Amino acid sequence: MTLEALADDLVARLGDDAVVTERAALRTYECDGLAAYRCIPGLVVLPRTTDEVAYVVKRCHDAGIPFVARGAGTGLSGGALPREDGVLVVLSRMSRIREVDVDDQRALVEPGAINLDVTRAASPDGFYYAPDPSSQQVCSIGGNVAENSGGAHCLKYGFTVNHVTGLEVVMPDGSVEQFGGRAPDPPGYDLVGAFVGSEGTLGIATEVTVRLLRRPETVQTLLAGFRTMDEAGRAVSDIIAAGVLPAAVEMMDALAIEAAEAAVDCGYPQGAGAVLIVELDGPVAEVETHLAAVDGFCRAAGAFEIRVAADDVQRVQIWRGRKSAFAAVGRISPDYIVQDGVVPRTSLAQVLHDIAALSAETGIRVANVFHAGDGNLHPLVLFDETKQETARAEEVSSRILDLCIEHGGSITGEHGVGADKKKHMGRMFSEVDLDVMQMVRCAFDPDNLCNPGKVFPTPRLCGERPGRRTAAHPLQEAGIAEIF
Amino acid sequence: MPEPEVVRPQSVEEVSAVLRESSGPVRVRGGGSKWTWGATGVPPDVVIDMAGLDRVVEHAAGDLVVTVQAGALLADVQTVLGVAGQWLALDPPEPAATVGGVVATAVSGPRRLRYGTPRDLLIGLTVVLADGTVARSGGKVVKNVAGYDLGKLFTGSFGTLGVITECTFRLHAVAPARRVVTVNTDDPGPLVRDILRSPLEPSALEWDGTALHVVFETVEPAAETQALATVELAGSGEISDRLPAGFAARPWEPGDVAGKVTHRISSLSAVLDAVRRQLPGCRIAAHAGSGVVHAGWAPSRADVAAALEGLRAEVAAHDGTLVVVDAPAEVKTQVDVWGPVRGLEVMRRIKSQFDPDGRMSPGRFVGGI
Repeated sequence: MTLEALADDLVARLGDDAVVTERAALRTYECDGLAAYRCIPGLVVLPRTTDEVAYVVKRCHDAGIPFVARGAGTGLSGGALPREDGVLVVLSRMSRIREVDVDDQRALVEPGAINLDVTRAASPDGFYYAPDPSSQQVCSIGGNVAENSGGAHCLKYGFTVNHVTGLEVVMPDGSVEQFGGRAPDPPGYDLVGAFVGSEGTLGIATEVTVRLLRRPETVQTLLAGFRTMDEAGRAVSDIIAAGVLPAAVEMMDALAIEAAEAAVDCGYPQGAGAVLIVELDGPVAEVETHLAAVDGFCRAAGAFEIRVAADDVQRVQIWRGRKSAFAAVGRISPDYIVQDGVVPRTSLAQVLHDIAALSAETGIRVANVFHAGDGNLHPLVLFDETKQETARAEEVSSRILDLCIEHGGSITGEHGVGADKKKHMGRMFSEVDLDVMQMVRCAFDPDNLCNPGKVFPTPRLCGERPGRRTAAHPLQEAGIAEIF
Repeated sequence: MPEPEVVRPQSVEEVSAVLRESSGPVRVRGGGSKWTWGATGVPPDVVIDMAGLDRVVEHAAGDLVVTVQAGALLADVQTVLGVAGQWLALDPPEPAATVGGVVATAVSGPRRLRYGTPRDLLIGLTVVLADGTVARSGGKVVKNVAGYDLGKLFTGSFGTLGVITECTFRLHAVAPARRVVTVNTDDPGPLVRDILRSPLEPSALEWDGTALHVVFETVEPAAETQALATVELAGSGEISDRLPAGFAARPWEPGDVAGKVTHRISSLSAVLDAVRRQLPGCRIAAHAGSGVVHAGWAPSRADVAAALEGLRAEVAAHDGTLVVVDAPAEVKTQVDVWGPVRGLEVMRRIKSQFDPDGRMSPGRFVGGI
């Protein structure tokens, strides 16, 4: 079956307002939040129900046509990059929040539902949905499930996978499966856990059961200005060592602060070489005790100015600079790459020095914004395409990932592998590791039609057994890990 | 029946060699605390005893991460971590449990209310598959979305996908203070509901059959104020800074039918009622607030299977399941201990990818896997 014939078939079943075939309209779906990768999809379908998704997938499966699911298109690794020979299944019309039950601490939502809308729906009863990626005002729950999205507060509350208890999934052959549900610990393999974070390669989630949490009794947000990143880093280490688990610990360096000031006039402490945002939440007596401790650690580490938000307005003001940081660097650089890597928290200071040295060596500026509590770096690599700096910037960005791997970290903490980082997977995992991971894919999608070409550098044919390779593991070879 | 050969490898390479150089059914043994759990399954030719892999490989205290070999006793690991004021926030009560066994059976204890279950704390692992392939996933940083998370699949897999040889976990700080509010009640449902709707943040809500123990573990002033608020909310209650004797114990004895019931959180009262009616004379405990009820039953009547199936049907109405965790062999022949399972065909396909010859703990898991 050709894509044209498939389009006619889908129009007959779903109606012509659910199928996009005009090139100009298709072009609007050519990329997700990572615009460096573009591909105009062969066909776009906008189903409204699980049955319609299952029908589309079944037709693709029977015809051997690849398909890619897309939520809000805010992903930052090209995970929803379409195929020109395939179908893009856009889930934006399945955006209902079907049920909110605070006594069960669960909500049933469709994949196109906006993350923040789940919290809004639970708010009247004092509950909320914890994972809060920066894009939460526009990103969809289905996309969050695919990417195992985190957010600033995942230091304390965990990631999407810790907050999803059930899934309805259209499998890559078009059948519909239920995994988990409202109750905990479903017997059998943890299919919910396997599916969340699989980047759209194991099927399409069409209903998601999420946990809702009770709003904490109080929230306190502290902003501290330091002369240097080392001082701010020492404060973070001392806070964590004291057994305090903040909801969020965010750090920005001078260049990131400069960009944020230019963009949103956030009024951070003047002359700061680093700012730290620490948010504490929980019972009042706990938060008060921890806030005093955090204040003390910041002062002892050299903070020259500390502010604590007195109300929600001031809290929003403190967060504004941090939340605007990615876009804000557009004010100080014509082009930039947002990197996403992870290092053990105790390696932060060393890695930041290494990044600074890399920047000095190459002449490429790097602004640092990161989730300091869990070592998740978001270096912003600044460059000017018109000055032929693109290749050098990409080199710097790639070498930052090398630093993360050398320190025992990860090539992605929350943006995913997608199309962008599959070339780096072989630096973190051996071929055997990757082959074994792909056994999971073979169990779900033996024909390799569901979001093919993502996550893995080399697709594996599902008939073969992983060879017992004799080459040393890449991490072992690099002297980073002993044999496991 | 011939006795299985018991091997005690000292390294991951030796685990791999054992599997490469053998062919029949294999079972993995940690501390043996859950050896009889699950379906009876096929008797193994080879038992891999993990006692030789018991090292704490790395405790990165500043990163709140630990890497341990799977044969290490959970209690020993906690001792090592405790020196730094930290712990692995898993508190299943089985004595002599190994880390690998805890992960393989996904057991949990009262503090799952705050910290979750093994799946929520495991951030990396190394496994050996049936053909000797050594593979790893995840890593040693808490935040990491590179590649599929095999840890999720192996957690609770009862040894059916391969041998877990090394695990990396996220850790937590030990809280400086504790208060336990004990409220006597036959039906903890209403109080649990009120607590869950309140701003109180207990680390456990453990009901032992006669009393609800509301545990606060945090800084001193917060533990004290929340304990007082709980007494006020409950209208009664004794406050102590110590856990009661037998806290977290499973409500069963050797030889009992041991059942685990899950349910939607708000159904606690109805589920307790169903368990009492269907399993007369049973002992019950609940991880209240988490949707987990355990029951231990020494059946005095012949129609054990009918009672268990009756309970299974009732809890299904609360979106829950009944798993017969352990039972005398004759009971296991009468009931499907795992019960109906969602996604079973997908699970079978996963099993056949990882263990195409069906060597690993055959027949012990759901649907005969």
